[in-house]
Amino acid sequence: MIEKTLKGKPAYWIWLAFLGMFMAIGAACYVRQYNFGLGMTGMSRDVSWGLYISQFTFLVGVAAGGVMLVLPYYIHNYKEFGRITILGEFLAIAAIVMCLMFIMADLGQPMRALNVVLHPSPNSMLFYDAIVLNGYLFLNILCGWVILTAEKKQVKPPKWIYFFVYLSIPFAVSIHTVTAMLYCGLPGRHFWLSAIIAPRFLASAFAAGPALIVIACLVLKRVAGFDAGRKAMDKLVTIIIYAAILNMFFVGLEFFVGYYSNIPGHKHALEYLFFGLEHHGHVYNNLVPFMWAFVILAFGSIALLATPLARKKNDFFLGLGCAGLFLAFWLDKGIGFVLAGFVPTPLHEITEYIPTANELGITIGVWATGFLVVTLLYKIAIGVEHEVEEC
Amino acid sequence: MDKQRRKFLKIAGASVVAGIGAPAIVKLTSSPALASSAGHAPAADVHGGHVEEAPKGVRLGMVIDMRKMEEQPGQLDNAIAACINAHNVPQFPDSKNEIKWLWKAPFENVFTDHSGYHASNKITDTDFAVLCNHCDDPPCVRACPTQATFKVKSTGIVAMDFHRCIGCRFCMAACPYGARSFNWQDPRPYIKKYNKEFPSRMKGVVEKCNFCAERLALGKEPACVEACKGTGAITFGDLNDAKSELRAVLDKEFTIQRKSTLGTKPSVFYIV
Repeated sequence: MIEKTLKGKPAYWIWLAFLGMFMAIGAACYVRQYNFGLGMTGMSRDVSWGLYISQFTFLVGVAAGGVMLVLPYYIHNYKEFGRITILGEFLAIAAIVMCLMFIMADLGQPMRALNVVLHPSPNSMLFYDAIVLNGYLFLNILCGWVILTAEKKQVKPPKWIYFFVYLSIPFAVSIHTVTAMLYCGLPGRHFWLSAIIAPRFLASAFAAGPALIVIACLVLKRVAGFDAGRKAMDKLVTIIIYAAILNMFFVGLEFFVGYYSNIPGHKHALEYLFFGLEHHGHVYNNLVPFMWAFVILAFGSIALLATPLARKKNDFFLGLGCAGLFLAFWLDKGIGFVLAGFVPTPLHEITEYIPTANELGITIGVWATGFLVVTLLYKIAIGVEHEVEEC
Repeated sequence: MDKQRRKFLKIAGASVVAGIGAPAIVKLTSSPALASSAGHAPAADVHGGHVEEAPKGVRLGMVIDMRKMEEQPGQLDNAIAACINAHNVPQFPDSKNEIKWLWKAPFENVFTDHSGYHASNKITDTDFAVLCNHCDDPPCVRACPTQATFKVKSTGIVAMDFHRCIGCRFCMAACPYGARSFNWQDPRPYIKKYNKEFPSRMKGVVEKCNFCAERLALGKEPACVEACKGTGAITFGDLNDAKSELRAVLDKEFTIQRKSTLGTKPSVFYIV
């Protein structure tokens, strides 16, 4: 089936070349970082995780979001998702590839990464995260490939594969739960020390992941003649809206706990994110514009997606709503959540973080790699679909 | 390499317990029998209102007497300089790259859960010594995915294996005391005076105060303790040894610990 990636219209090759260019830039930036050390980034003693880990956190969510297609189709036998479930699985593969690349980019000693396996430490959440992420990657490759092969041969998938399909559902939940546990189990980081982090992560994941799939379907409809079906899209949007509302509800709960209890430690990070935090006469507010953009985009997109205009008639507004929501939750989780955890520092100082150009180059390079992987996988999936239709 | 190093550290720690070495160390652990018999009576710990676990084995700790530290200005600076020399701690000009083992900070930064409201001038004007607390229940050790940071069973020291650390910085996020530093770049050009007794680090690994485990193994006192010798500013010893000088100070004086409500059980105490 891999041969399907080797044939395409000029636009396909131009797109791949475009992504390849950013991948090359990213690789060059990484070589610089590898030689000099992580001092090439904007991270510091006080803000010791930056864009890499925040992208990782967000993308784990995108990967987990694929389960919102797998679950209705395989558990509830919702037939409309039959054509697009493979898109969810393949998106998850690309997202996890990006996650693993971001983790590697973030390591000070990447050549020692296998120490995690050589010296397993069951008390560390990172140990479990490595297990579930690689497990979920393996499950999606296995299920996606076996089911697509069966479709190509126009036979039913082998029965044994369903064991792995069902297994992938708790794995999807676990990857984001364990990722939340990286943060919410740390004493002394008040913003992260909240039991609602895992549910909040899942809620935003179940909105952002499917939103990206809707956008992918709209693109594939135009460039590859692939129609996911109006009914499937409509159901997907319903899922997205509920998940998005849940996420906003959870964010609101964080505000209530912080501001009603009036405990300074619970308020600091929220203040820093949304209003700017005053400290020794200086107001630190780097992230304020991002966070209000998140709030406005999230509510605006939910409203837009809830109108018949976006849902029934107009693909443009549907795409706009989903893109808005994806961007909103990226701002929330892919920027704000991780960085705000470091404010204030354990010694109650405030250090702000601004990524460097080199760091941005690597980040864009990894995203480009993810898009390349998803493009190639979707090319295969759509190619098989077309082949079957022609028969 | 890694295994040999671990083995070395274990032997080093064991030799401390066994009291092999100079009399100074023998004094630290002079009565192991008493230390273990004290284990039957859980010591009620007034610091932070917790009852700490019954003491078991050797648990090295420290009391920093800020009154005595203040009596001789420059005392803390001497201790910090001794630490920097002993461990090849690089001196970066910017706070972004800073590597800190023992350093000083104002009361409000060190004791963030104590109110500084209407605090005495003595407190607001003093710089406090800050270092790794060598917690009895260290969150950094819990977080480390490779056991590159670990608790030495025989001494209670929270140690680092620089050769195993992958540089994920999970321990830095986990430490509630900001005691850990990361080598964002090669630290060697920033080491002012190279000390051959202790290895310098490479880029991409985390480091922190090690209670001078390497000096203890040779029967010496920690560098900062030695620098303050005779002033009583820093008392070092076994928290579980009821007859230690350290326990005598703790029994007599009112001491506080940093962020004791987090349950990490710090082994560093302060007299303000």
